[in-house]
Amino acid sequence: MALERSDVEKIAHLARLGLNEADLPRTTDALNSILGLVDQMQAVDTDGIEPLAHPLEARQRLRADVVTESNQRDRYQAIAPATDSGLYLVPKVIE
Amino acid sequence: MQWEVVIGLEIHTQLATQSKIFSGSATTFGSEPNTQASLIDLGMPGVLPVLNQEAVRMACMFGLAIDAEIGQHNVFARKNYFYPDLPKGYQISQMELPIVGKGHLDIALEDGTVKRIGITRAHLEEDAGKSLHEDFSGSTGIDLNRAGTPLLEIVSEPEMRSAKEAVAYVKAIHALVRYLGICDGNMAEGSLRCDCNVSIRPKGQAEFGTRCEIKNVNSFRFIERAINSEVQRQIDLIEDGGKVIQETRLYDPNKDETRSMRSKEEANDYRYFPDPDLLPVVIESAYLDDLRATLPELPPQKVERFQSQYGLSAYDANVLASSREQAEYFEKVAAIGGDAKLAANWVMVELGSLLNKLGVEIDQAPVSAEQLGGMLLRIRDNTISGKIAKTVFEAMAAGEGDADQIIEARGLKQVTDSGAIEKVLDEVLAANAEQVEQYRAADEAKRGKMFGFFVGQAMKASKGKANPQQVNQLLKSKLEG
Repeated sequence: MALERSDVEKIAHLARLGLNEADLPRTTDALNSILGLVDQMQAVDTDGIEPLAHPLEARQRLRADVVTESNQRDRYQAIAPATDSGLYLVPKVIE
Repeated sequence: MQWEVVIGLEIHTQLATQSKIFSGSATTFGSEPNTQASLIDLGMPGVLPVLNQEAVRMACMFGLAIDAEIGQHNVFARKNYFYPDLPKGYQISQMELPIVGKGHLDIALEDGTVKRIGITRAHLEEDAGKSLHEDFSGSTGIDLNRAGTPLLEIVSEPEMRSAKEAVAYVKAIHALVRYLGICDGNMAEGSLRCDCNVSIRPKGQAEFGTRCEIKNVNSFRFIERAINSEVQRQIDLIEDGGKVIQETRLYDPNKDETRSMRSKEEANDYRYFPDPDLLPVVIESAYLDDLRATLPELPPQKVERFQSQYGLSAYDANVLASSREQAEYFEKVAAIGGDAKLAANWVMVELGSLLNKLGVEIDQAPVSAEQLGGMLLRIRDNTISGKIAKTVFEAMAAGEGDADQIIEARGLKQVTDSGAIEKVLDEVLAANAEQVEQYRAADEAKRGKMFGFFVGQAMKASKGKANPQQVNQLLKSKLEG
């Protein structure tokens, strides 16, 4: 399967990537060559093989339900572009 | 045209853990903004999530309680979307292999029948932060304290056929998670939130109509009203020749209507994929067996036991078992007072209306189960009548002490000395000689009401303290005589 320019525009929008006119054909080609590799891999017979969720043959370790973090707000907010009353400020997100 | 309503619900329950699902930040509600948001919750580069074992345990408890298959091998996935209250740009959730599979829950309907509602799945995920749109002149304020709070999202089958059934189902889930102790159920604080998927179809049609999702309804009453107003909107729309479009809507309680939320939203393209930061979670059957042994008695079993053990009606048993706290309170009162039916009445009627009036839950009741049980003992040994008991109950609620102290201090002990009662009756009859004549002249049918008049006068004269049974008995013989 090959991606069209419109597919790439849509994916770029979903990922909030600003691709310009010059980027679009280049990115479309690059993605299509990756998909070409995927197509080759599709030829392998995987019947009866369980999908792999993680490359490591390991299981998730769990942590105890204990509060270990203390309030570091001032340090974290020192690098924020804008804050007010302890809140992070962002451009208005509601119409 | 006859329409059938089809409702499926997604309920988000915040799990009552101390720390977040993937970080060691606290989950306390109402803290100063962003004081419980660590580097992990802020989505800083280079951090790794580590799963909270208590969130896993709570999800498993829920699964066991609804008789569901528990995913022994389950996987976390990233759900990708951009919104400022989700700093990573994705929410860690579960897609293909959720922790809780297909189960079911029985709900009691108003007509006394029981309906089984299928639960499609329940999965673990992290909550987002909060956006505050007011007060920041042109900006939105973001509080990430809630980001990363563990959620169990419980998805039902589209098997409810009215707003009332939907509310009954939400109430049953609410009671269940509180019985299990996995969620505090505080809807005002957002601990339990409900998305309602609503569609209509001509009665008898097999295919579903196009559905709308009403987001984040946060009270039982609003769930019922939001669904009813959305159903009416869809009926009006279709009957006027229009078409329902699949979209997300918000319910506005002030206007009692739903309105479209995100018109531009592209049909959910979340591009889920397994989260490479988290390994598969394996749940052993031995672990589940141990957990099963810790399951408390759940509402359906409790209702059954209340009927068989205490001889309560199905209705009373259902009311009393509707919360774990209330059931425990009732059983304590019944054990101390020694009369379950009397205990059930006092808990449901007098205590119920007191709590209603004060607007508090039973765990903050101003009258303890011990106090109420102690008072019932005094009713049963005839120290006080049921009527005086209401006075004693009010005094206990006002903090005047235990029943015995109040009866003593206020001199409320019932008069059972028949000589004393006879004296009062003689006075009453003498003062109402005319009525006595009328009574004696009246036929049997009319006497009942007139007799009540004398009882009332006698009780008034004794300040309510005369034993009512004795008053009845003695009065009868005096009037006949």
